Amino acid sequence: MKTLADLNKGYSAEIEWIDTSGPGVLRLMMLGLVEGAAVRHRGTAIGGDPLELSVYGASISVRREQARYFKVNGNAAEASSGLIP
Amino acid sequence: MSKPGPGEPQGQTETSIPLSSISIRHRPRHRYAVIGNPNSGKSTLFNRLTGLRQTTGNYPGVTVERHTGTVELKGTAAELIDLPGIYALGGQSTDERIAVDALLGRIDSKPDGLLVVVDATHLYQGLYLLEQLIELQLPMLVALTMSDMARAGGIAIDTDLLSRHLGGIAVVEVTATTGLGVSDLKSELATLHEAPVPVIGQSWPELSQLAQQLADQCGNLDRMDVIQALLLPGGAHDQLASAAMGPDVIPGARNELFGSEPPQAVEARQRYRWAREVRSAVQHEAPLLERFGAKVLAWVNRPWPATALFFLSLVLVFQAVFSWATPLMDAIDAGAAGLGAWVTASLGNGVVASFLADGIIAGVGSVIIFLPQILILFLFIIILEDTGYLARAAFLMDSAMRRVGLSGQSVIPMLSSFACAVPAIMATRVIPDRRDRISTILASPFMTCSARLPIYALLIAAFVPNQSVGWFNLQGLVLFGLYLLGIAGGLMTARLMKSTALRGPKPHFMLALPDFRRPNLQTVMIKLMDRARIFLKRAGTVIFSVAVIVWALAYFPRMDTEAPLPEPVNGQSLENQRAAAQMSQSYLGRIGKVVEPVFEPLGWDWKVSSAVIAGFPAREVVVAVMGTLYAVGSEADEGSLTQKLRAATWPDGRAIFTLPMVLGLMVFYAWCLQCAATVAVIRRETNSWRWPLFAWTYMSAVAYLGAFAVFQVGSLLTGPA
Ligand SMILES: Nc1nc2c(ncn2[C@@H]2O[C@H](COP(=O)(O)OP(=O)(O)O)[C@@H](O)[C@H]2O)c(=O)[nH]1
Repeated sequence: MKTLADLNKGYSAEIEWIDTSGPGVLRLMMLGLVEGAAVRHRGTAIGGDPLELSVYGASISVRREQARYFKVNGNAAEASSGLIP
Repeated sequence: MSKPGPGEPQGQTETSIPLSSISIRHRPRHRYAVIGNPNSGKSTLFNRLTGLRQTTGNYPGVTVERHTGTVELKGTAAELIDLPGIYALGGQSTDERIAVDALLGRIDSKPDGLLVVVDATHLYQGLYLLEQLIELQLPMLVALTMSDMARAGGIAIDTDLLSRHLGGIAVVEVTATTGLGVSDLKSELATLHEAPVPVIGQSWPELSQLAQQLADQCGNLDRMDVIQALLLPGGAHDQLASAAMGPDVIPGARNELFGSEPPQAVEARQRYRWAREVRSAVQHEAPLLERFGAKVLAWVNRPWPATALFFLSLVLVFQAVFSWATPLMDAIDAGAAGLGAWVTASLGNGVVASFLADGIIAGVGSVIIFLPQILILFLFIIILEDTGYLARAAFLMDSAMRRVGLSGQSVIPMLSSFACAVPAIMATRVIPDRRDRISTILASPFMTCSARLPIYALLIAAFVPNQSVGWFNLQGLVLFGLYLLGIAGGLMTARLMKSTALRGPKPHFMLALPDFRRPNLQTVMIKLMDRARIFLKRAGTVIFSVAVIVWALAYFPRMDTEAPLPEPVNGQSLENQRAAAQMSQSYLGRIGKVVEPVFEPLGWDWKVSSAVIAGFPAREVVVAVMGTLYAVGSEADEGSLTQKLRAATWPDGRAIFTLPMVLGLMVFYAWCLQCAATVAVIRRETNSWRWPLFAWTYMSAVAYLGAFAVFQVGSLLTGPA
């Protein structure tokens, strides 16, 4: 199953299921990464890690290994760029 | 600014009202807490509302900073309490706990209402916090900030509809940076105390109802107390509730609400679903045209360009600190020297003249000179902070920090340590893991803070030739090397701690990245003035007192002027010989001789050793003390400190300030924890004496060994001095 870590840059997808036992996952949920939220991959630092994700206008930086706890639905779509998705 | 004592009633911050003031000033009658997400524009709005009527003190009984201000309203006034910026009420970081404690009236009396700051471009997260706050059952008012940014981004928000979704809370659109909408906000604030309590939260009515029911049953707990107990098993409220209601009630309710899921996950899911729905109902987004600015940002926001830009901006900062400040510093220097000469000329050579010229002007003045440099450095750091760039740096540097066992979250405190370690150590509060937080705290004082600049600048200007090496200037390179030395010391310390005493699970990293913003002149100026005030206050208190004590110790007891000189040295004026002899039999000279052997392996004479020792409370003092010692020690007052240092010799005529000695001295200075304020803040933030004592001993030892190695190896290489 695809996770947030597998999204390509510029694409967005909806979170379907979260493994809440993962380290730090609860804090990410408090920032708005919850089931049903549409998340866009905005870019990475050098080496591809950490990721910059955005959820309804808010950018959040997350490490790749943490992003794996967030499963997304299969139909990722290319989102329009622009500052606010 | 006066600090209200713990026993004083609120609102008595102004003791006297100038008769000349035309507008009538009112005593604040109500107290409102200002709360919002980090970076929502809360401080900017707070400054806008209260202007200069602000006070910083402590909450009664706890050493947590309490920032308040008074806002003038039509016919009345209110006191505003600025709470830390947070995303949610349930978190466990220090800031989050302070906010909850203040809201519930645990460390302060309960506020009469809440002014909630919501960033219009981040409605999603703002609504989440709002829904949590509604449970407090206090009158509330929402300031929808960044309305200009929202408009520029093609976002329109239906505030009436939003207000209805929030159970009737008034919503006012403002632009804190320009003041647009602030007068509307003020008229709402004037009647906030009588606004109806918002209708029960709609995002998760089951929780609110169950909590209300339990609170009613129990009698002496609020609904919010019960909610906190439900959401945070094992927390302070959980213990309170089980004491009040018996041990089984809360776990039973928890089971009913959350099943086997973690409570916070269920809360996030529930409330954010509601936030998403409300957001799409009230917010209309016009299709955004690709703007030029957005294109540039998108290009810069790629990994390599962004990282390159980050390092480029650091180079620019260091360059600016040295080249821009020089004219201003020269002016202050000339002013101080002229003043000293004038004092000596008009008052002669008595005690008073020496006290003024050598003790105060040469001592404190030699520190004040560095004000322009320090302000330029702070200006850059404040701008980096204000544009949201520091968080961006944390994101870019995360993988590098991982090598030393930390995360990008430690980058923000470490970068602000280039200005001052004290606020930087306070900024570690956002690091959730205690071991990571302490490792960062121990690494921060190694970073080259602005107080180290004076001695570096003095020694580099005096002893490193001003010549170019390829494209670069040798003096600039040495300074850059010293910064690298500090960074290396800090990172190695973090690495060491994380693999020994503070070993723990790999830290995870998450950080909200603010959007890029144009820095706001008013915000930047307020912060800059604040730093200038702190620096001058230090110069006027700590540095001043040390300079006075050192002057007295160096001036007394006076030698019999008729006595024959101990050992005549050829080629020195009689005055200077007499002054040197006077100095070495002064109290300070006698003390210095005792400690001299300890520092002799570093190549330091007793004057340098005493200056360094005097610098332990505040490292800028070292320069002040050298200024005083070398001024008292020469009867002729002409010549800058630089020239006097160059001329200093051992009794046998060898120069004291050789290149290996100077480099060693700078290494010592780079690594030593000479700052009482830092020791105190480590004590406060770690809540024990163990860490500050460890940091002090460890850093002193590392500094001594470093200086020893540099001096000894350097002397071997350059031949006997
Ligand atoms: N364009 C715009 N910028 C703002 C506004 N309010 C604050 N800012 C900027 O947003 C940034 C964060 O503001 P600040 O008050 O420090 O946020 P805080 O972290 O919530 O205290 C600063 O760069 C401010 O200059 C606003 O209404 N419009």
